[in-house]
Amino acid sequence: MFLINCPYCGERDQQEFKAGGEAHIERPKQPTELSDDEWAEYLFMRKNIKGVQFERWNHAHGCRKWFNMVRDTSNDEIKAIYKMGEKPPAQ
Amino acid sequence: MNKNLRVKSSEYIDETNRISFKFNGKTYHGFKGDTLASALLANNVHLVGRSFKYHRPRGIMTSGSEEPNAIVQVNPGTNRTEPNVRATEVEIYEGLEASSQNCWPSVEFDIGGINNFLSPFFPAGFYYKTFMWPASFWKKYEFFIRHSAGLGKSPTSSDPDIYDHRNIHCDVLVVGAGISGVLAAKNAAKNNFKTLLVEEKNELGGSTVYENNEFNKINNKTPSEWLKKEIEELKNIKNLEIKTRTSVAAYHQYNYLLARENLTDHLEAKDKTNKIRQRLLKIRAKKVILATGALERPLIFNNNDRPGIMLSSAIKKYSEFYGVACGSKNVFFTNNDSAYESAISLYNKGINVEAIIDIREQSESKIVKKVKEAGIKIYWSHSIVDTTGYKRLNSISIMKLSNDGTSVTGSKISISCDCLGVAGGWTPAVHLYTQSGSKLKFDEEKKVFLPNQNTSEQISVGSCGGDFKIDEIIKNLNQKLKDTLNINETDLDSIKVEIDQENSKRNIWLLPSDKPLGKTKPFVDYQNDATAKDIKLALREGFRSIEHVKRYTTTGMGTDQGKLGNMHALGIIADTAGVKMGELGTTTFRPPYTPLTFGTIVGRNIGKFFDIFRRTPMNDWHVENKAEFENVGQWKRAWYYPINGETMHQAVQRESKAARESAGILDASTLGKIDIQGSDASEFLNRVYTNAWSKLAIGKCRYGLMLNEDGMVYDDGVTTRLGENHYIMTTTTGGAANVLGKLEDYLQTEWPELDVYLTSVTDHYATASLCGPNSKKILKKIIPDLDLSDENFPHMSFKESKIGNIQCRIMRISFTGEHSYEINVQASYGKDLWEKCIEAGQEFNITPYGTETMHLLRAEKGFIIVGQDTDGTMTPIDLQMDWIVSKKKYDFIGKRSLYRSDTMREDRKQLVGLLTDDPNIVLEEGAQIVSELNQSPVEMLGHVTSSYFSPNLKKSIALAVVRGGKDMMGKKLFVPMENKNINVTVANPVFYDEKNERLNA
Ligand SMILES: [Zn+2]
Repeated sequence: MFLINCPYCGERDQQEFKAGGEAHIERPKQPTELSDDEWAEYLFMRKNIKGVQFERWNHAHGCRKWFNMVRDTSNDEIKAIYKMGEKPPAQ
Repeated sequence: MNKNLRVKSSEYIDETNRISFKFNGKTYHGFKGDTLASALLANNVHLVGRSFKYHRPRGIMTSGSEEPNAIVQVNPGTNRTEPNVRATEVEIYEGLEASSQNCWPSVEFDIGGINNFLSPFFPAGFYYKTFMWPASFWKKYEFFIRHSAGLGKSPTSSDPDIYDHRNIHCDVLVVGAGISGVLAAKNAAKNNFKTLLVEEKNELGGSTVYENNEFNKINNKTPSEWLKKEIEELKNIKNLEIKTRTSVAAYHQYNYLLARENLTDHLEAKDKTNKIRQRLLKIRAKKVILATGALERPLIFNNNDRPGIMLSSAIKKYSEFYGVACGSKNVFFTNNDSAYESAISLYNKGINVEAIIDIREQSESKIVKKVKEAGIKIYWSHSIVDTTGYKRLNSISIMKLSNDGTSVTGSKISISCDCLGVAGGWTPAVHLYTQSGSKLKFDEEKKVFLPNQNTSEQISVGSCGGDFKIDEIIKNLNQKLKDTLNINETDLDSIKVEIDQENSKRNIWLLPSDKPLGKTKPFVDYQNDATAKDIKLALREGFRSIEHVKRYTTTGMGTDQGKLGNMHALGIIADTAGVKMGELGTTTFRPPYTPLTFGTIVGRNIGKFFDIFRRTPMNDWHVENKAEFENVGQWKRAWYYPINGETMHQAVQRESKAARESAGILDASTLGKIDIQGSDASEFLNRVYTNAWSKLAIGKCRYGLMLNEDGMVYDDGVTTRLGENHYIMTTTTGGAANVLGKLEDYLQTEWPELDVYLTSVTDHYATASLCGPNSKKILKKIIPDLDLSDENFPHMSFKESKIGNIQCRIMRISFTGEHSYEINVQASYGKDLWEKCIEAGQEFNITPYGTETMHLLRAEKGFIIVGQDTDGTMTPIDLQMDWIVSKKKYDFIGKRSLYRSDTMREDRKQLVGLLTDDPNIVLEEGAQIVSELNQSPVEMLGHVTSSYFSPNLKKSIALAVVRGGKDMMGKKLFVPMENKNINVTVANPVFYDEKNERLNA
């Protein structure tokens, strides 16, 4: 059970949060211009890394805000948390 | 046989408080402070159970939670019964009953014992190899296995006890209250850290409080005397909470630990009632100090499992702590000095110690000298090659050990004895440490796995950290405390320790016998009957991974998780395979460390607290009017309202007819409602719904369909424009929370530039849906001032009004195809609104209807229910709802996916109507649809999604999804059922009032 430092509320138990998959996958601005393959790349393809991974999390049972997390999936170490729209910290 | 073996008064045993209890139906006596194990031993009862596979008689082996053999059923036959309890952990109380497990008909005469004599036929992997085929025989095997192998019985009636959960946040959690834990907790608390100390036993101090080695001193006192004073002082320390009878079950990431606090298990039945039995502590600690101690290892030799063979340290504890002699003719078998302390403990109490068998060549420590002076015979460089005694040990045979330790030589000496203490060294209890994700490293010199790489703020102190001698313990504890707590001085700085320095050890994982391995039974896992031979066999058969060997031989897979024998299993594997133990790694220790009751896990979340349920403001009326309810998500919704003993079918037929012929009323309060405001609200709706929203006039309503990005229908509902920048969206009852979450996600992460604010108002409004040709007249009676003409208040429009003083929002929208109004008021007026409608509708025979009738009425109209007629694989095109997909809009969620090659396939499953050729046959929802009957295998074209008998059409109707169904209008298909094939015809899914004339009726 992680202890997650919501950038708006502070440290809270993991059960207040919802994981939202890989971060930094931007919805294409002009979907209709994309080929089936390009659209499928956006729609379906996600990484599943053993190691450092960029993730979206939502403080679902708290402030309802989305934010980003850098997590090492091999030992669950949370390396960084930053707000939506902010650049990931340099590794 | 039943002589009393109580040998001295102990400060932990209250001999004035005599307690009677029953074991296997027979009454015994013990004292307050005894465990079931110590009380049985005092009564000279060693035989307490049978082993799992061979049903060999087994006795009490340990004095703690690592016990593999003495597994009992407590209070059998009662609703408080509990299986798989370790007799070494049960504190006795008046009226306690316990019985052996895994034996039938009794522990003294066990039919399964025959397996012992058949054991050559039960090698490793026996169950896998034998019971797998022929497959048809499994039922017979199962009967045999289940009957003869007992893992205890679960209670058959409900649990009378109360369980609880508690969250605890602390600066420092100390696990284990032996000498290291006590000193760590004391120093942490004294330095203003909010500290929690948990201990699985009912007393603090661990083994040091009965430490009797006169050559060890702390500040010139015996360690026992010194530590008792330290414990005494804990009472006066602030910031320190101590929980005894509390065992940590799990250690998760980020220092989150679960512990079970036992509150009433040691009390008599009359004192248990109305009290919390066990409490699950959910602990979040800034720093964790593990002081979990070490477990003594047995030695692996031929027939090392007989009742009367125990750990040497357990014999010492029973003697010193409980005042019980485990035997009258005792022998010890050892590879280090620990056994000598146990021998001296017995000797000092006048209990006979026949001999010590030591596999070492010699030892010069003071305690060994003392044993020699006491005249106890020591056999150096000897090993036990066999033991005898079926239900109780009666002799051992020893032989001289070769220099390399792999064989025995010379003549055999037989020694008669009734109790054998084995001492194979110590294994640090690193289970919790590894659960936290931290990594171990093998110490080749000490032959133990030790903490190496921590993943969270934690330290391991005392013997669980690899320090076994008191001087090492104190010195290293002191340094670790200073480092982890960031303090400069501690109580420990001034402590002076003297110890009996010598403690050599000779490690041999598997001791030889004069017989070959195939003819001997050296048990490695006592509970699961895995022997060294099984492990070697597994290696011969090609198993290499330690995890595979574990599963194949079942070593370490009992309820004790192999706490005693795992290290030996690893050692034997390493020796046999010729690899280093460090390279093998260990098997994974998984939570819980000791078994937890289900009660502890669920706590108070039982019965009506099992899940949240939500009730509408009109709920009391539904209850008073005898509605049946159904669960929709967490909501309790009125399902139908039977009168005069109607069946559900009869009630629904009546309700459905009434709603179309005169007037019906539905509680629609559960529909999700999201208030949407902001200058970009219209643009936002354009992006989330498939149809266009910019031109919706204020005061108008529109039905919308929401897709996932993959083009599949996600939710639907009517949204009303209340003002220029203000909308109210309705969602399905079950989808409300997810829709809000999804919309928030897009707003925050993809379109942060939009000025839109979302608020869930589902619980803020109560909604009554008034429908039927007389609904207009009823509403007129309730709000006479409101102009209800089609010109002023047409279908798909909205009015704000008042019922008396109460503000209301009325939408003229319809989910039944009838002329209808949805009236919304502030939730607290919901019941009042409902009663007003019922009263006003009296003259029109207004009929309340529930969700079942709602479903039937909408099915007559071919309206879908998301989640019933769709399953996450249906596009709007599949649903024949092309009309709602805007061709003009540049983009909306899911639009691009509607043009993927897969979603454009003509032969996708599509929503159609189905009519049975026999109008009285109602199809089963979920039934399969085929086009051929005399063909096998036959392709499944689709399935029935909704099916009802329509009282208004007087025939059976159904909705279905059928592959290529759009082009099958009028085609004959079949629905094969178990006993018959039903002929059906594909039809238009709109069965009733295709021209929508009744909306304005
Ligand atoms: Zn937050």
